[in-house]
Amino acid sequence: MENNWKKQNPIRKTKERIFLIFIFFCAIMAIIPLISVMGYVFLQGVSAINFDFFTKLPTPVGEQGGGMGNAIIGTIILTGIAAFVGLPIGVFGGIWLAQFGDGKRGFFIRYSADVLSSIPTIVIGIFAYVLIVLMMKRFSAIAGGFALGIIMIPTVIRTTEEMIKMVPRTLYEAGLALGIPEWKVTMRIVFRTAWSGIFTGIMLSIARIGGETAPLIFTAFNSPYWSFKVDQPMASMTVTIYNYAISPFSDWHAKAWAGSLVLISIILAVTLIVRKFSKRVRYG
Amino acid sequence: MDNQSGKLEKKVEAKNVCAYFYGKQALKNINMDIYKNKVAAIIGPSGCGKSTFIRCLNRLHETVPGATLSGNVYLDGKDILKNEIDIVLLRRRVGMVFQKPTPFPTMTIYDNVASGIKLYGKISRGDLGIVVEKSLKQSALWGEVKDSLDKPGISLSGGQQQRLCIARALAIQPEVILLDEPCSALDPISTGKIEELIHELKSNYTIVIVTHNMQQAARVADFTAFFLLGELIEHDLTTKIFTTPKDTRTEDYVTGRFG
Repeated sequence: MENNWKKQNPIRKTKERIFLIFIFFCAIMAIIPLISVMGYVFLQGVSAINFDFFTKLPTPVGEQGGGMGNAIIGTIILTGIAAFVGLPIGVFGGIWLAQFGDGKRGFFIRYSADVLSSIPTIVIGIFAYVLIVLMMKRFSAIAGGFALGIIMIPTVIRTTEEMIKMVPRTLYEAGLALGIPEWKVTMRIVFRTAWSGIFTGIMLSIARIGGETAPLIFTAFNSPYWSFKVDQPMASMTVTIYNYAISPFSDWHAKAWAGSLVLISIILAVTLIVRKFSKRVRYG
Repeated sequence: MDNQSGKLEKKVEAKNVCAYFYGKQALKNINMDIYKNKVAAIIGPSGCGKSTFIRCLNRLHETVPGATLSGNVYLDGKDILKNEIDIVLLRRRVGMVFQKPTPFPTMTIYDNVASGIKLYGKISRGDLGIVVEKSLKQSALWGEVKDSLDKPGISLSGGQQQRLCIARALAIQPEVILLDEPCSALDPISTGKIEELIHELKSNYTIVIVTHNMQQAARVADFTAFFLLGELIEHDLTTKIFTTPKDTRTEDYVTGRFG
């Protein structure tokens, strides 16, 4: 009787093992899509990547060579416009939420931001289309950047709020106790302390909008030329990839793969670098 | 230390100060005079309203959501709880050091000390340097940090951080300094240094110190006030509070029978 606890129950042990194998299998399954997508894109795309790909304009159908330099620049410009629209609203809105968002108004704004983040991006594209494209009577980079900027807002506003809330209240009080005006305490002490975390959120939201296609199709549209005017249609990597991928030409298919590879690499690099360098700060 | 001789000058005068958190009363009609160039200690068990009281003196209390207060607090005869008082200016006259050292994490040692000045108004770089050096010397930290002023404030030890916070509070040249359990997070050696500092600062400043440690009150304070459950039970010369208290509750507390 007293030695019974030492005996292993073989059936129970087998059950344990089966369960362990099962959950491990599921965990592996979770990363298979990522690895296969990356591997496939790499194999398909790497052959079409060369110097011209980054510097040349797209060539007409049937003509070899060319690249999507204009789309790379276009994506950078569109992201810039998006940041210009989304960051001030997101960052300062987040500061407000963290400091004064305890009441009903705060709840309403926080909830709205969460709802906004779940709205399909194509709907936001339609919104930008109605608001800007129809008004300007043409597709434009402004409309595209505006749509992307709206997509950024929820992520940025909530990360800013969370990061500011992580700064201990004692720091805020210490600033006030020194006779520093409240807004300066907020911006120069609390915001600065939270900055590295906020920056992470900003970069991740930028990486996210860099991969958006749907809201650009009928806002920024596309362009086969070098386009730097923000009131004109502008090429972007995602829309160019989309157009190339649905075309019937094998040369364009190869370029779509190459574009995908470049885009994934940029987004992955941004994400990894940001995660690596955004170490948790010590709050004293 | 004879309060009968009439040499004492009232610096801060609290009249019927009541404080509330969401309507729940935390301070009940506190009447207390704090004398110029003296150290006043506030003792009492946890939750008795010691910190709440001194946070009324620089109006930090009301920055907490749900916190309200009533009554009058006179600083040099002027009621600082009135609405028309400029709170920023008030806080520049009444400095405060907190329980946990609170150096600003993104700032260097130098910038921490300079922060109260830099973030308030314009000052020439040379003048700022002089103030920073003077403040660090006053807080007895200069010798330890003079070669590392550009290191982060949080790289210092806990005791040094607390003296850095004292230097930061001194840099804005306040008249009253509120110390909210400044040594409770520190080891005995750091505590000793800060107590020495309090003795030295007394000649230029009026000091109010909240402490859990009765020996500390006995060591540093000229006057001691005993708080219990939001009330001021007794306020007198420190020697009297610790030897011949009038109230039995004070006696019970200082002799260690409760609290």
